[in-house]
Amino acid sequence: MSAPSAEASSSSRNEHVEERDSVIVRFAGDSGDGMQLVGGQFTNTSAMFGNDVSTFPDFPAEIRAPAGTPAGVSGFQIHFSNHDIKTPGDDLDALVAMNPAALRQNLRSLRKGGILIVNSDSFGKNDLRKANYESSPLDDDSLQQYKLVKIPMTSMTRDAVAEAGLGTRAADRCRNFFALGVLYWLYDRAPDATIDWINEKFAKVADVADANRRALKAGMFYGETAELLQGRYRIRPATDIQPGTYRQIMGNQALAYGLITAARLAGKDLFYASYPITPASDILHELAKLKNFGVRTFQAEDEIAAVGSAIGASFGGAFAATGTSGPGVALKSEAIGLAVMTELPLVIINVQRGGPSTGLPTKTEQADLLQVMFGRNGESPVPVVAAAYPSDCFTMIQEAFRIAVEYMTPVFFLSDAYIANGAEPWKVPSFENLSKIEVKHPTARVDDGTSGDGFLPYTRNEKNARPWAIPGTAGFEHRIGGLEKENNTGNVSYDPANHERMVRLRQAKVDGIADSIPLQTVDGPASGDLLMVSWGGTYGAVSTAAAEARREGLSVAHAHLRYLNPFPKNLEAILKSYKKVLVCELNLGQLWLLLRGKYLVPAEKYNKVQGQPFLVTELTEEIHRILGS
Amino acid sequence: MVTNGPLPVLTAKDFENDLDVRWCPGCGDYSILAQMKKVLPEVGIPKEKIVFVSGIGCSSRFPYYLSTFGFHTIHGRAPTVASGLKLANPDLSVWVITGDGDGLSIGGNHLMHAIRRNINLNIILFNNRIYGLTKGQYSPTSPVGHKTKSTPFGSLDRPITALTLAIAAEATFVARTADRNPAHLQYVLKRAAQHQGVSFVEVYQDCVVFNKGAFDYSIEKGVKDETTINIEHGKPLIFGAKKDKGIRLNGHTPEVVSLADVSPDELLIHDERAPDSVLAHILSQMAQPYLPEPMGVFRAIEEPCYEQEVLQQVADTTKKFGPGDLNKLYRSADTWTVK
Ligand code: SF4
Repeated sequence: MSAPSAEASSSSRNEHVEERDSVIVRFAGDSGDGMQLVGGQFTNTSAMFGNDVSTFPDFPAEIRAPAGTPAGVSGFQIHFSNHDIKTPGDDLDALVAMNPAALRQNLRSLRKGGILIVNSDSFGKNDLRKANYESSPLDDDSLQQYKLVKIPMTSMTRDAVAEAGLGTRAADRCRNFFALGVLYWLYDRAPDATIDWINEKFAKVADVADANRRALKAGMFYGETAELLQGRYRIRPATDIQPGTYRQIMGNQALAYGLITAARLAGKDLFYASYPITPASDILHELAKLKNFGVRTFQAEDEIAAVGSAIGASFGGAFAATGTSGPGVALKSEAIGLAVMTELPLVIINVQRGGPSTGLPTKTEQADLLQVMFGRNGESPVPVVAAAYPSDCFTMIQEAFRIAVEYMTPVFFLSDAYIANGAEPWKVPSFENLSKIEVKHPTARVDDGTSGDGFLPYTRNEKNARPWAIPGTAGFEHRIGGLEKENNTGNVSYDPANHERMVRLRQAKVDGIADSIPLQTVDGPASGDLLMVSWGGTYGAVSTAAAEARREGLSVAHAHLRYLNPFPKNLEAILKSYKKVLVCELNLGQLWLLLRGKYLVPAEKYNKVQGQPFLVTELTEEIHRILGS
Repeated sequence: MVTNGPLPVLTAKDFENDLDVRWCPGCGDYSILAQMKKVLPEVGIPKEKIVFVSGIGCSSRFPYYLSTFGFHTIHGRAPTVASGLKLANPDLSVWVITGDGDGLSIGGNHLMHAIRRNINLNIILFNNRIYGLTKGQYSPTSPVGHKTKSTPFGSLDRPITALTLAIAAEATFVARTADRNPAHLQYVLKRAAQHQGVSFVEVYQDCVVFNKGAFDYSIEKGVKDETTINIEHGKPLIFGAKKDKGIRLNGHTPEVVSLADVSPDELLIHDERAPDSVLAHILSQMAQPYLPEPMGVFRAIEEPCYEQEVLQQVADTTKKFGPGDLNKLYRSADTWTVK
């Protein structure tokens, strides 16, 4: 971030406007305070203004945790800037705390000298007690290092919306828009998009729409007239962003769009089966809305039924996917083995969350890599791909489907809570420019006399893929199942040598996928002191830290893996081109284990398992430590 | 409905394949397979549109011994695979072959949900009251006190009645038949195939190795007329070798009456089309040694098929919103342009 340069604004009164390159703000309040909503509004407005944005919603697992307690605090962090950014940022420039619990939970993230806006109306005795404050931090000097702005938001909102004629409770629900208004003023944002949104959202409840509009405007006017805020900030549109049309998109939404797109690119209908589970349910919700795209969604009775029905749909010739999180993958694993054995195309989405067991349902983690690699009985290879950021879900899910049908195999797609709920600008593609996915179903009978029916379901093409003959096709009647198969005929076989042949064939097929995936790329020098390796949702933080290190003059490169099984063919050579390799993961070293096991490289690891993403500063410290600089 | 073009005339032989059937000699499964092969050519569905899906167990080897499409899945999960297949491809005639362990124990949940959705599947449960493939443990339908390898001192589990479960899940077609009654078995299978919606059929099946004679009470000449009762739609419940006994309802409780004392008008009249499931439930609870066990179609009502409704919803939404345009979808939020 550059030093702020003061300049007089021409637009408003004699006020002080500082230019900033980028700003990080967080709305924090009770789960019922609507923080996610206003966070989303701020993001949308900033993105439409032309800033680059990256967000991090962080909310509790309980739907209604006790109000006002630290357990119920919900936060939404937005990083917006005049240049390309890849993370929601580390330290906050401004924090909005709607109550003492939100203050307690979030203050540690606010940088010294940062702006702290609190709703002073909610610092009563009771509120303080619920957050374990003995006395009000607003009254002592504990908040001295921050620019504290106390606003009686509850009473001001009530006054502002009085004319809308709502009851007190309903009026209080508009407080979040008041807070949003204050930040709109502070960062020089126009409220138009939010007002449009309010009008549309509350079209049927005119008084609520009116009240929210009034609260929003009251917040903005307050910023303008109150002396408390001594100036405002301006963050110009980003200039280093590729030209094109953009929108904001969240990971799960990009994933849903990608699923439909993949099916369309193959001329297929999508079958999506799922059992509700955080943080994957939004994929089902999104797809269920889009039936007019030929989507059949199936909310199954359990995780096993979800994967089972997807396997059945795949046997029937559909593009089938099932989405879940780690606990669901555990339940699905036997059926995934069936898909391996029957060599049917299937995509299994794992939106990872903190584990083990129920773990941290709403928090992010990357600790299911080994589960998806090895969590099945027998030698059961499944290809694995992982998205790097929210909009990457759109691209990588198409890849998952391409691999699934090209190689007739189940494929794991890994996302995580951070990617799923994070939002970012997405350069809108044109469907016509996307690569088609080729699918062939045999329809002309092959009659070589080696089987009663003529058709041999376990013959293989040059990629070791078997034919995808679907029920309804005369002459192709065949039986498949979970028992070991004889190659070519697909007949059940207990022959020892055949079993080993088939185990090796299935492995060779998956290994062979390396021929069809892009080579691994590296940001930074092609050889040097340190290679940072990452996968999944840590892309933004690791690439930012590596880039900063290079700007400091350090020899640091970064390889981010999207293909985790098989690995790109050149990965070994890359790993061996640096003096040190550091694998950064939100687990205890799962990719690290795979890389060391496969390539015998003395890679080191850097790990965090707090349900939270990496901060860039943590990674930077680690780079310095490892390079002794 | 599955389409009926002008079909080549098929015979049982057309449904055979060249794999050796590996059930134990004398197993009741042979009869079920033989009757199925006779029924399939008669239901008017081209062979390539028929799919048999099974779980794990002796019964679940069934698909391997037919020349239709087949999927031998994993333990208890056949209804899930069959459901997905039917949803993806509603044009197919999909059969689920399961057993008392596969369907009522490990797969009980899936069975219940496939039934309550009313997907147009034909679910045939081979009930031999034992685990055969794993060599003789008691199953959810084994009677209390049953001595098996895993219950050397007698089973303590209270058994479940397959049909009661299916009826509680609101099955729209429910029937019972037996492996050793080929004509009746064929009749029931054909009815199941014709029913639109889920069909649930329990077949009393002899496991000659691990539970030999378990159904002798219901099938042996001389006893079967007293221990079972053939139920037919619209007809009074009469049984006995001399057709001299009937079933009358005493409140909600069925009781055996002698036709010498009671006029046929007082007997329970079977109504397989009753919209509620009370009668079917009462019939499903009739069991030896107190009451004759009903054989035949307990329930056959018409309700919308799930897979058709899924398709309908897709069609309705498409009509309402127009066929999905991906480029429009990509731009369905606020957009901005960077120059
Ligand atoms: S074990 Fe019993 S059920 Fe299984 S094949 Fe043998 S006789 Fe039939």
